[in-house]
Amino acid sequence: MTQVMDRPVELKEPASPAARTARRKALLEWIAIHSLGIAAALFFTLPFVFVFLTSLMSDDQALSRDLIPHTWEWSNYQKVFDTPGFLTWWKNTLLYAGAGTVLVVVSSIPVAYALAKFRFRGRNLSLMLVISMMMLPPQVVVIPMYLFWAKQLDLSGTLWPLIIPLAFGDAFSIFLLRQFLMTIPNEYLDAAKVDGCGDLRTLLKVVLPMAKPGIAAVALFQFFNAWNDYFGPQIYTSENPGAWTLSYGLESFKGAHHTDWNLTMAATVLVMAPVILVFFFAQKAFVEGVTLTGVKG
Amino acid sequence: MSTVTLASKRRRAALRTAAFMSPWLIGFTVFFAYPMISTLYFSFMHYDGFKPPTWSGTKNWTYVFESYPYFWPALRNTLWLVVITVTLRVLFGLGIGLLITKIKTGAGVFRTLFYLPYLAPPVAATMAFAFLFNPGTGPVNSILEKVGIPAPGWFNDPSWSKPALTLLFLWGVGDLMVIFMAALLDVPKEQYEAAELDGASAWQRFRYVTIPNISPIIMFAVVTGVIAAMQCYTQPLVAGKVASGVIQGAGTLFEPGYPEKSTLTLPQLIYNLGFQRFDYGSACVVALVLFALSMAFTAFLMRRRGGLIQAGD
Repeated sequence: MTQVMDRPVELKEPASPAARTARRKALLEWIAIHSLGIAAALFFTLPFVFVFLTSLMSDDQALSRDLIPHTWEWSNYQKVFDTPGFLTWWKNTLLYAGAGTVLVVVSSIPVAYALAKFRFRGRNLSLMLVISMMMLPPQVVVIPMYLFWAKQLDLSGTLWPLIIPLAFGDAFSIFLLRQFLMTIPNEYLDAAKVDGCGDLRTLLKVVLPMAKPGIAAVALFQFFNAWNDYFGPQIYTSENPGAWTLSYGLESFKGAHHTDWNLTMAATVLVMAPVILVFFFAQKAFVEGVTLTGVKG
Repeated sequence: MSTVTLASKRRRAALRTAAFMSPWLIGFTVFFAYPMISTLYFSFMHYDGFKPPTWSGTKNWTYVFESYPYFWPALRNTLWLVVITVTLRVLFGLGIGLLITKIKTGAGVFRTLFYLPYLAPPVAATMAFAFLFNPGTGPVNSILEKVGIPAPGWFNDPSWSKPALTLLFLWGVGDLMVIFMAALLDVPKEQYEAAELDGASAWQRFRYVTIPNISPIIMFAVVTGVIAAMQCYTQPLVAGKVASGVIQGAGTLFEPGYPEKSTLTLPQLIYNLGFQRFDYGSACVVALVLFALSMAFTAFLMRRRGGLIQAGD
C-alpha cells in the first residue's frame, strides 16, 4: 500500500536522470508483473472457458478438434436437466448440504465455545484430539463405519449415514470456530456474567452475534464439503441411484453419455456453477475462513 | 462450609463443560474411537461381510504386504504425490501469492480468477481436466499440435498421468495463494527497508527477510498438503475411470489405477479391497497403514514450536 502512495510524489519531481531511470524501472516492473499475471490468469481460466465452449457444441462437433462452437446449442443444458435422475441428484445434494450445514453449525458452536473460553482439565488434550480427527483421512475408518450403517442399521442406499454424523460436531468446523471465538475478548463474557447471564445466555446473546462471520465461514465450508463430497455418497448410496448426489452422479453421467462430451461438460458446468455463485455472494466469509484456519494460532 | 460450596461449584463447572462438549464427546466415541478400534480388530479377522468374522492372525497383513499386487504401487504413488505434488503446489502457491501482492492494477479481478479453480468440486474439476487432456479431441492436445509440440497421452499414458494430476492440483492452488498472500502482507515493512539500506538485492531480501517471516506458513502448507495428498482419492479415481472409458454404474468393476496402476493411491485400495473384493480385513490393514502415516505427520505439525495450531494459553 505504501508503495502506491509514495509513487505520485516521486513522479512530480523534476525529471533528473536518476528519477527517470527509476520511473523506467518501475514501468518495466509493472509490465513484467502484469504480463505474468495475465499468463497465470490464462492458466486458471482457460479450463473453464473450454469446458463452457464445449458444453455449447453440437454432438458431432464435440468429438472434433474444434475449440469454438459453430452453432451455440443452449438446448444441451435442457437435455442435461431432462436426463433421468439429474433433478433427484440436485435435490439430494441440497438436502445433504442444507441439513448438514444446519446440524454442523448447531452442534459445533457449543464445543468450540467450551474449547475457546472454558478452562478445564483435558482441554488441550481435547483440542489435540479434535485436530487429529480433522487430519484423519475418512478412508481410515470407513470399513467399520460402513458395516455399522449398512449391516447394523440397514441404512445403506440412503443419505442418512452422511447426514446423521454431522449432528455430533465436525472436527474442522469446531477448530475453525474455536479459532474465531479465541479472538473475542474475555471482557465481554465477564461483563455478561456480571449482568447475571448464565453460560447459555452468554453464548446466545453475547458471543453468537459477535461470531457471525466465523459461523458464516463454517456454514460455507460445510456446504461446499457436502457439495464436493464424492467418497461418502459412493460408499453409502452407490447401490441406489435415487439417493445419489450431484458430485457422485456427475461421474455416472459420463457413462450414460459416454461419448457426448458436450452434455458431460454441460453437466460439469451445472455442478460447478452453484459453488461459484455462492462464492460471489459470500466472498469475504470464505476468504476469512481460509486465512483463519491457515494463519492464526 | 466454604469447601462444600467450592466442591459444588467445581461440580457445576464440570457439568457445564460436559454439557457443552457433549456433541463432540459422542461424535468422538462413535465416529472415531469405536471405528479405530474396530479397524484394528478387523485387520486380524477374515471378514467378507456375509459370514461372521473369523480370526485369521496376521494373514491379512502378510497378504497386503506380500501378495496383493496393488499395495506397493499404491504406496509409491501416494508418496510420489506427497513429495512431488506437495512441493510443486507449495512453490507455485507461494509464487502466485507473491505475484498477487505485486499486482497493482486490477488486483481484485486477478485474485478472484486465481481463486476460482479452488472452488470447483473435485469431480467436476477432474472431469474437466480429463476432457481437456483427452488425447484424441481434447483442447490441450489440439492446441499443442497446432503449435507443433508432440502431444502426450496424459491420463492415458502411465508416464504422463501423474504429471496431469499434478497440473490439476496446481490449478486449484487458490487456498494456498490466499494464506501466502495474508502472510506476505504481514511481513514488517521496516525489515525490507532496513535490508534495502544495507544494500540487499531483491533475491537477498526474499531469502533473508521474506522466507524467515513466512516459514511457519510454508510449514503449515507443507503439512496440510501432505495430509491432503495421503487422502487423495476422488481425482485419481475419476481421472482413471474417465480415461479408461469405463461405463459407470453401481458395482461396475474397473482396473484400479488406470493406466497400469499409475494413478492408484492408498485410499483407493481401501475401497477396492473392502467394497469390490469384500475383503474387509485386508482393507483394514491398508487403513491402518494410512492412519500411521497421517498421524505421524499430524504429530509433526502439532509439535512444532511457535507452530500454527497452538493449544492456546
